[in-house]
Order: sequence, then structure tokens, then C-alpha cells
Amino acid sequence: MTALLSIKDLVVRFRTPRGLLEAVRGVNLDIPAGASVGIVGESGSGKTVMSRAAMGLLSGSNVERSGSVMFDGQELSSLDSVQVREYFGTGMAMIFQDPMTALNPVRRIGTQISEGLRVRLGMSKKDAMKRSAELLAKVRIPDPEAVLRKFPYQLSGGMRQRVMIATAIACNPKLLFADEPTTALDVTVQAQILNLLADLRKDLGMSMVLVTHDLGVVANNTDFVAVMYAGEIVEMAPTTELFANMKMPYTEALLKSIPKIDAPTEKRLPVIEGRLPNPTDRPEGCGFASRCSYAQDKCRQDRPELEDAGNGHLYRCWYPLGSTIARKSS
Amino acid sequence: MKRLGALGSVLRQLGQAVVVVIGSTLFLSLLLRLLPVGLAEIYAGGFDEASRAARLKELRLDKDPVTFYLLWLRDFVAGDFGPIVSPGGGTTPVADKVGSALPISLQLMFYVQVVALVVSVPLGIYTAYRSGKRSDKAISYGLFTASSIPNFVFGLLLAVFFGVTLAWLPPLGYVSPGENLVEHFRTMILPVASLAIPLIATYTRLLRADVIATLREDYVTMAVSKGLSNKRILFSHVLRPSSVTLFTSFALNMGALMGGTLVIEQLFTIPGLGSEIGIAIFSRQFFALQSYVAILAVGFVLFNTLADIAVGFVDPRTRERRRA
Repeated sequence: MTALLSIKDLVVRFRTPRGLLEAVRGVNLDIPAGASVGIVGESGSGKTVMSRAAMGLLSGSNVERSGSVMFDGQELSSLDSVQVREYFGTGMAMIFQDPMTALNPVRRIGTQISEGLRVRLGMSKKDAMKRSAELLAKVRIPDPEAVLRKFPYQLSGGMRQRVMIATAIACNPKLLFADEPTTALDVTVQAQILNLLADLRKDLGMSMVLVTHDLGVVANNTDFVAVMYAGEIVEMAPTTELFANMKMPYTEALLKSIPKIDAPTEKRLPVIEGRLPNPTDRPEGCGFASRCSYAQDKCRQDRPELEDAGNGHLYRCWYPLGSTIARKSS
Repeated sequence: MKRLGALGSVLRQLGQAVVVVIGSTLFLSLLLRLLPVGLAEIYAGGFDEASRAARLKELRLDKDPVTFYLLWLRDFVAGDFGPIVSPGGGTTPVADKVGSALPISLQLMFYVQVVALVVSVPLGIYTAYRSGKRSDKAISYGLFTASSIPNFVFGLLLAVFFGVTLAWLPPLGYVSPGENLVEHFRTMILPVASLAIPLIATYTRLLRADVIATLREDYVTMAVSKGLSNKRILFSHVLRPSSVTLFTSFALNMGALMGGTLVIEQLFTIPGLGSEIGIAIFSRQFFALQSYVAILAVGFVLFNTLADIAVGFVDPRTRERRRA
């Protein structure tokens, strides 16, 4: 399978008053055409920064980016911001976590959906509005004509997220970045939005990068999963393989911290103890060692490299789960 | 009120206007009674007994303060702003003075606001996009310094430097635009500059802060991800949500400007309302003063109301909120 998006050695650093903050540390990731790839990690793991950097949306004088991002056979990191713009909308598009803040509060819905069509596809105002109404119908918004004339504050969170999806898919992008598309929504609406995204992906033949902290979301909606921790990919595998044969203690811990509907209510929800390592001062060894219940001395001294377990399953751990190496379980 | 919608908010603002005008003029009217020298003494000082009584009756100074005020209010609403009494006994209507002075003051305020906006909007955007860089710091600190100098001091310095030392511009005086348009603008440059510079500093800082905040919003990143050009993002996504504070400040400064023109008009001898108020104070024309204050109060409320409406246009959310 050829990769639509190919990320090589991507490093993103922010210059801050407290020192250099390394948010993404050498990520390699291929997004095959037509596939849905999940990127999972807790807050601060670098998943959002990684996806924004891949698309070239990080700007600012304090950002340092290195590495290569190939999209559809074109190296993006050698292009300036005007040239990269040619890929936005038609090539790559993004939907954001919070539909409350990602729609401009002072502009009408119709204007916001149609402007991409007008600028990127050169449509007339009338055609773009007509197409916008069709897009709203496509994301299952009732009475699209009326919604076009509304302002974002007049819509519910779920409706706004649908509007944002309609805006993102307006120019038929080949790749959609969905950055926590359901985190800000009610649970019932979450399922609707995820189903909608899956259907749209099938209809439009679109690839998708689904960024989330929820392994449950990833399980049903992706072909591949990359788990990120402290700016690195720590485990990557086809989705079924990952859940069948989990290697990383961190992935397991993430899975355990999902609330279960049949769990006894008096039991506390398992959490991952401790905090992410300070991104301006990373420790030696494995970044997860201080929080890992299986950690040994070696974990605290030497940084593990990505190992290949076969079946396209990569992991970054000295003592992976299910291995025969003796370990001190707590 | 809720059902009335837009009309309701207009009615409510009109109600507020009436309260402000009555409050401020009643306060002033009663305050005049506290003057160490009685009004009767001021207006009919050197008169003999008979003409003194007639004069006081004519000026309604024989009435008690509240009745006096109510009669004045009735006349004011009807457009009769009272008389200016010359020491000899002759009177001229205040309305005549207002008719000639008010347009000059409004014109000055208009120039000041236009100049302030024309300079500060590009400056605010520029400094926001260059925030933290050397050019931003230079402009921001420069404006901050300029704005901390009181406008009358600034006016004096400008008049001395450009009007006297360099003699490029007339240091004082006023030429109406009908008389000589070029001279008109030449006489207006210094007073407008001395009032506009502190405003430019305020507006630039407000816009800069709001643009910086807006540029961090997700919807701006979203706009970038749609493939829009930077220019389009600035004009259609950044500028409008960033200008709410600027608009509010613009309108509030209309009121503050009325105070500023009082001083600057006298400094540059511009025959506006400010100069008339000065004359009224120094020649003890308290009835005229009361009417001038009432006109200022009406103007103040009017500008604030217009500001509210303008903000509604900029930010649709406040439109709804005001109706709710």
C-alpha cells in the first residue's frame, strides 16, 4: 500500500522562557491511502502538535520543526506557507476538538462553509452556498437552508461539530485530520459523529487521522493505531493486532483507565499514576519508567528503541507485555 | 421588555438618557444655589430696588430652586436654552451660541476620532502581527509614553514647537472650512493632534491585544486549514472579532473627548462649545452653563447609545444578549 502521508523523523520544539520544549521527538508514521489511523495518547503526549505540524499549521516565531512530511508524493517541509496552502482543503483538512471555539463567532455558518469552496475551488457565491447546503444535508443537519443563515452560538455542540465536519470536507480532501472530534460532546452525540465520519470516509474515499485519548474510540474506527507518549510513538500496530497482542505497559494502562459500564460503582477508576516527564527536561531511559508498574533499572537508564514484533507491530519497551523475559510484576 | 426586542432596548436606552440628563442638570442647578455669592447678586447686582425686582422676575430668580429648575427644563425640552445676560441688561439667546459653537466642537471631535482610527487600526494590526519583535516594542513604548502626557500639555508643546519655533502652522485661531479650506485644515492640525495622540495610544493597544488573542483562537487555525490567504484571514476572520473592545472604547471616548475639547478649544481659541463654556464660567453666565451641561449630557448619552448599537453590529452575540 502506498502512503498518502509519510512522516519521517518529525521533531517539533517550542522555544519557551523556561527552555526548549520538545513536543514531538522524531516521529515516523505512514498514513496509507484510504486508511483510518488512530493516534492515541494522554493530554500533553504530543499528538495534537504532531498532527498540526504534519499539516503545517504550526506557526509562530518560537516553533522549530525538522524532519520530512511527504504528502501525495510532494515534500511539504520544503514549501513555504503560500505553497503549502495549495494542499489545504483539497488535499488535507482538519476538524478541531472544540466546536465552540473553532467556528468564528461573528460569521454566519453559510459564509464559513462556503469560503473554502470559493477560495480553493473558485466557485461563485451562489454555487458555493448551494453546495454548502448540500454539505450540511450530508452531515445530517435538518433544514440546511435555515442553518446557513445562523451564527454558531445559535447551534448546539453536536450541530456545530457537524458544521465543522461539513466545512472540512467541503473541498473533498484526500486526508482528514480529526483532532479529538468527539471529546467536547455528549456521549450519545459522540457515537453519531463517529458514525458520520466513518460513512463520509467511505463515501468520499478519504483517509483519516483520528487523534484521541480514548482507545475505545480507536477500536471501532481505525485500521491502524499509533500510541504516543511524551512526544514519541511508543506502540504502533494494526488495530486488531494491537488489541489482541498489546506490548506496551502504557497502552495497557490507557485501556484500563477507560470507565466500564458494568464495573461496580464502588470501585475506583484505575488511573495512570504520576505525570508526563517535563518536556523541557526529559529523563534518561524510558519516559514512562517512573509511572510503569513493570519498570526495572534498565528502563530508567537506557532509552528503548522501536522494536518490530512482526505483523507490522512496533513497540518501544525493554520488557513488553506477554514476553517471556522475567520481570518484577507488582 | 423581552417581547419588544430591538425596540425595547432603544426605549430602555432613551429612558436612561432622560435620567442622566435630568440628574446632571438638576445637580448643577442646585449646586449653583450654593455659590457664596447669590445668583440675585450676580445677575442684578448694581440695580436699584424697582428694576432689581423686575429683573429677578424676568430671570425667574424670584421662584424657589425646584420650580426654577422645572421651568428651565420645560424650556430646554422646547429648544429654548435660556438667555445670556450682558451686564448692561440686554440678553442674547443661548440657542444662538449653541448653533454656532456646537458644529465646530462636533467637527473637532469627528476629526480627532477619524485621525485616531486611521492611524491606530493599521498600527494595532501591525504591532499584533509583530508582537514581541523590536518594531512592536518601539511603537508600543512610544505610544505609551505619548499617552501619559496630558493632552493640554501636549497641545501647548505642539503649539510652541510647530506654531512658534518652527512657525509651520498657526499656533492658535480658527478658520471655518467655508472661508478657506486649506487654512481650516492648517488651523485644525495641532488641536486634532493633541487630542488624537492619547487616543491613538489607547486604540492601538486595545486592538493589538485583541488581535493577538484572536490569532490564538482555534477558528483562525481552522481558517488557515481551509487554505485561505493571510490577507483574507485578517480581514474576514480576525479583524471583526478583535474590534469589539476598540468600538466600545471609541464610543466611550466620545464622552471623554467632549471634556478634552473644553480645554483644547480654549488653548487654541477655537470658538466651539468648550470655549463658550469657558466664557460662561468666567462671565458667570450660570443659566447658559446649565444649558451647555445639559447639551453635553444629551451628547454623552447619545454617543454611548450609538456605541452599543455599533457593538451589536460587530458581535452578533451581544445583539441577542441585549434582547434577552
